[in-house]
Amino acid sequence: MENKYAIESNNLSIHYGSYTAVKNVSVKIQPQKITAIIGPSGCGKSTLLRALNRMNDFVPGCHVTGELFLQGQNLYGNQIDPVEVRRKIGMVFQKPNPFPKSIYENIAWGARINGFKGKMDELVEQSLRSAALWDEVKDKLQESAYALSGGQQQRLCIARTIAIQPEIILMDEPASALDPISTLRIEELMQELKKNYTIIIVTHNMQQAARASDFTAMMMIDDNRAGGVIEFDETKKIFTRPSDKRTEDYVTGRFG
Amino acid sequence: MIRKTFESEIQQVKDEVILLGSMVEHAILGSVEALKKRDIAASEKIMAEDKEINKKRFAIENQLMILIATQQPMAHDLRLLASTMEIISELERMGDYAKGIANINVRMGEEALLKPLIDIPRMAQIGTSMLHRALSAFINEDVEVAKSIPVEDDEVDALYNQIYRELMLIIIQDPKSIERANWLLWVAHNLERVADRVTNICERTIFIATGSFSEIKSSDDEFWKGQHR
Repeated sequence: MENKYAIESNNLSIHYGSYTAVKNVSVKIQPQKITAIIGPSGCGKSTLLRALNRMNDFVPGCHVTGELFLQGQNLYGNQIDPVEVRRKIGMVFQKPNPFPKSIYENIAWGARINGFKGKMDELVEQSLRSAALWDEVKDKLQESAYALSGGQQQRLCIARTIAIQPEIILMDEPASALDPISTLRIEELMQELKKNYTIIIVTHNMQQAARASDFTAMMMIDDNRAGGVIEFDETKKIFTRPSDKRTEDYVTGRFG
Repeated sequence: MIRKTFESEIQQVKDEVILLGSMVEHAILGSVEALKKRDIAASEKIMAEDKEINKKRFAIENQLMILIATQQPMAHDLRLLASTMEIISELERMGDYAKGIANINVRMGEEALLKPLIDIPRMAQIGTSMLHRALSAFINEDVEVAKSIPVEDDEVDALYNQIYRELMLIIIQDPKSIERANWLLWVAHNLERVADRVTNICERTIFIATGSFSEIKSSDDEFWKGQHR
């Protein structure tokens, strides 16, 4: 199988017990691009995102059917180690969740337990620079991460993710708890990061999806309340001439 | 969900476009009527009223800008607002053609018309009728009507060709008539352009409704083809 895509799902469905939350998602995510997942509340955006790095494994009763390929490997295959999956596919959450440690340790800790043997100071600096945070924290690396502002904490979490050098970065509403300036800073950062990483972002903010992403997946629930991707296309098409009436209604603010 | 505030503001913009359109229609018909009657006072009034047309266009443009900034239109809404921006500029230019015709009448002064006007008022009639229906199609986003109107441009082009030949013959027979013939040729040219701009409005309407750009036809091409034949 060719690795033309960063990650590719084939009829991926996510079930909680007998209830199907997300049904038959087949998407091909382009490498080094930003793909936004949009859709009304409860349509399964976050559930789908979490399935991409097997975060749903922690949810009791949750099981996944279908296939999910990263570089030709089915991430739900038998011999796959979920920890290894999460090393390759990092995640940034809605609320910044730094460790209750120093700024330095927030970066170093994950790298260390992942067996990083290089020069730690360099990795910390490089990761903080990539997350556009270095200049603001270089003089207080030993201070608690909790002393940072929300926007800075979120960039620290991104730096922490980058330090592990993943292939893909998943972002679940990464800016929804941030003020507009911090939000724009995160969006600018995403544009920098996509030079090296593939980014998939869940967002409720349509303008954010329109501004910041290259591709957009529109999700919606069906009559059985199972979420699915109803339209997947270039962002510029989704927001100027979507093919599906439901997408049109959603992006023009008439539904959802 | 219906976005009540936004939709009523869009409706207001559409109402203003119709108003602008009727001002332009009035100016075009009036300018030709004044020329026909050699009524210079009426022409001067039309020239003054063009300022109102320009003012209205800028007022609508401002309204559109505010809607784009405050409502973040997407998809169909975005196409509608962006295209309306184009349409009001087309309308304003049509107003300029009417002003141009009025100006010709004023500059002709005491000079009599070279010939009685028959085809020129017909061009104005067809052009304004096309405009009127094109704006209805815009309001109703009626693709079929929008597609059918530009076909009528052929008739306007044919009239223009006819006037052109007629005036050339008059000039050949009597070279002293050249200035008066030229004035009428300009009038006919302005009216020919009116119909072209109606075609642009129809193209925009189709884009708003379908999301795809399609150039219906350029009557300029048709005209020049006619000249080479």
